[in-house]
Amino acid sequence: MSKRVRGKAPGPAPSRSGSPTRARSRRSLGSAAALLVAASTLAACGGDSGGASTLTWYINPDSGGQVEIASRCTDAAGGAYTIETAQLPRESAQQREQLIRRLAAEDSSIDIISLDPPYIPEFAEAGFLAPVPEDVAERVTEDVVQSAIDGATWNDQLVAVPFWANTQLLWYKKSVAEAAGLDMEQPVTWEQLVQAAEDQDTQIAAQGIRAEALTVWLNALIESAGGSIIEETADDPQDIQLGLESDAAEQAGEVMRAVSAVGGPAFTTAGEDANVTDFEEGDAGFMVNWPFVWGRALSAVEAGTLEASVPEDYGWALYPRVVEDEPSAPPYGGINLGIGAFSENVDGAFEAAECIVSEENQAYYFTTNGNPASKASVYDDPEVIEVFPQAPVIRESLELAAPRPLTVYYSEVSGALQRVYHPATAIDPASTGQAASELISAVLRGEQLL
Amino acid sequence: MSTTTLPPTKKTEPVSAPKGGISDRARSERKLGWMLAGPAFVVMLAVTAYPILQAIYESLFSYRLTDPDNRAFTGLTNYAVILSDGLWWQSILVTLFITVVTVAVELVLGFGLAMVMAKALSSIRPVVRAAILIPYAVITVVSAFAWQFAFDINTGFVNSWFAWLPGVATDTDWFGEKWLSLLVICLAEIWKTTPFISLLLLAGLAQVPEVLQEAAQVDGATWWQRLWKVTIPNMKAAIMVALLFRSLDAFRVFDSIFIMTGGANGTESVSFLAYRQTIARLEIGLGSAVSVLLFIVVVLIAAAFIKGFKVDLSQARGE
Repeated sequence: MSKRVRGKAPGPAPSRSGSPTRARSRRSLGSAAALLVAASTLAACGGDSGGASTLTWYINPDSGGQVEIASRCTDAAGGAYTIETAQLPRESAQQREQLIRRLAAEDSSIDIISLDPPYIPEFAEAGFLAPVPEDVAERVTEDVVQSAIDGATWNDQLVAVPFWANTQLLWYKKSVAEAAGLDMEQPVTWEQLVQAAEDQDTQIAAQGIRAEALTVWLNALIESAGGSIIEETADDPQDIQLGLESDAAEQAGEVMRAVSAVGGPAFTTAGEDANVTDFEEGDAGFMVNWPFVWGRALSAVEAGTLEASVPEDYGWALYPRVVEDEPSAPPYGGINLGIGAFSENVDGAFEAAECIVSEENQAYYFTTNGNPASKASVYDDPEVIEVFPQAPVIRESLELAAPRPLTVYYSEVSGALQRVYHPATAIDPASTGQAASELISAVLRGEQLL
Repeated sequence: MSTTTLPPTKKTEPVSAPKGGISDRARSERKLGWMLAGPAFVVMLAVTAYPILQAIYESLFSYRLTDPDNRAFTGLTNYAVILSDGLWWQSILVTLFITVVTVAVELVLGFGLAMVMAKALSSIRPVVRAAILIPYAVITVVSAFAWQFAFDINTGFVNSWFAWLPGVATDTDWFGEKWLSLLVICLAEIWKTTPFISLLLLAGLAQVPEVLQEAAQVDGATWWQRLWKVTIPNMKAAIMVALLFRSLDAFRVFDSIFIMTGGANGTESVSFLAYRQTIARLEIGLGSAVSVLLFIVVVLIAAAFIKGFKVDLSQARGE
């Protein structure tokens, strides 16, 4: 329902109890039932005519943390507003599709949006996000890690409120690393990992599936090698300068192909969840993945589906390097809060967003849902460190993390990259970059299908 | 080959029927027909004709949903872009492959199931029918997930149960390669929609006059001869309807591909292409053009079927 329907819902039809025939009374029963259904659906749509004081927060699916934060902030507001949550689809690309269609129709029921950072430029440029007032911008960027601020910025303006910031770590089995003779105290390179996996007859779990995760991986590799997928962005899509034919992109292609050779039999269809399964089951000795891995292992132990010795063998380190003496640029993800431009209560929505991203709520979200905070101070919280011993590494990783290309046309860029770089087993480092470059340019010019 | 059918026009025509002209009764029946079908016709115009016309109109523009200000009329450029793109032709081939394979297999299986349903003992007939119809009651997305989980290398049982088959191993990645992916997609489609075809064929089977069967039996025709010379020719219209509906349906295949491969490894169908241009890329113009082309192909298929089978559906009414 794109707009709120106000007005009286029709009641059930008067029943024609006196009708002489059976058929007719059955028919009137049927129409009464139909009207009842219609009435209840309409009522569901028009539900809260309470208007300005109810804010709807469109959330990405999580383990219940955002619902809890919404109720905490509702309590804290003392009646000024009530935050209701509405859940978006599971995949970020589908979240974007739903939100864009609604916002293009100027949906006024969208007050607060949990937005995946790569799509923020597109939303901002289309005018779907309410401008962040300067005083709010100042308060919500205070003490926030740089990558999270970058991910909420478009055209040098803060357009969203940084909420939580994600990054990938290198996860390894201590036993495997030890047997391979890797010193995990020191930064490791992808080359070393591939060598170790070959020696130890194990796999490296990475996201080889044709999905957004593949773009995340490719971007991190190119950035780690010192390059960028988009070297210079532009308003006119035809002027966008791509960096896919650079040496850095070629190195990234080499890493992808080498890893795919030790990625296991289902490498080209494996996403983050399949990776964790491989890692938990012991098929993979190394894995690059988001921190949810840790929470998942601990709850599996609690549920009795995983041996306690498995997570005890988990080790974690900064994302692997592509170039030996250059620090890596790990993937940056997470969620930032956009305020719907067509919301009827923009001021209230910003107030609520400030409450949602408070230090206390971020710490709560981190420890219960495993989603790392964007505020640096949360990482010093002893409670956080107790639940997430990885916290210091996550914070370090966030400082190094590089966002995916910031462009209005992100969806096209990512879709084209996924088409050309999948399957990773077939990458030819010398020519794949050029093919991707040509496809992206043609798609942006509107000359090719995707 | 000689077949035994009653000419449809002869079935109900009384000997004394007046020749030529429209009788009063026929005229009033026609009027009643329009009155009964009229509301549905108006609704069809609103929900089908209007969107089709709008899609045709939009397909002539370069129009991005997030950038309505730069909407520009480009004539047939979108069609030129699509028809000159290898991806379009690849999708057409994949879609045709899925359509031909699934419809052919479903027709044979569906016919067998229809025979079973028709001949089953009356005491177990309701159970048999319900059992056969269950897959059709399952939502396509759910069935696609079920099949994906079954063939998944981590969660699936297929790899370990069928490892004794040549070509299947415990580490076979069904969705990592084009033809294996298409195999699973076709299997899921066949499982899901065979009941539909068998239901339509069952209706056709019931229309075959028992007298013809008996006559053929008296003449000493074997079971096989009766099937080919009596049963099938008499249910030609039902077979055509079943094939037509299923082919049109199969040509629009989307859900299974979306769930199982997401279009990876060259498994995109034409509908998937339309989805990606319109919904993911938000290029309303280009996506509408893909949809219009898809519509044209579907119309062509329908026309080919009706011509090829030489069946006039109105004959079934005995006019």
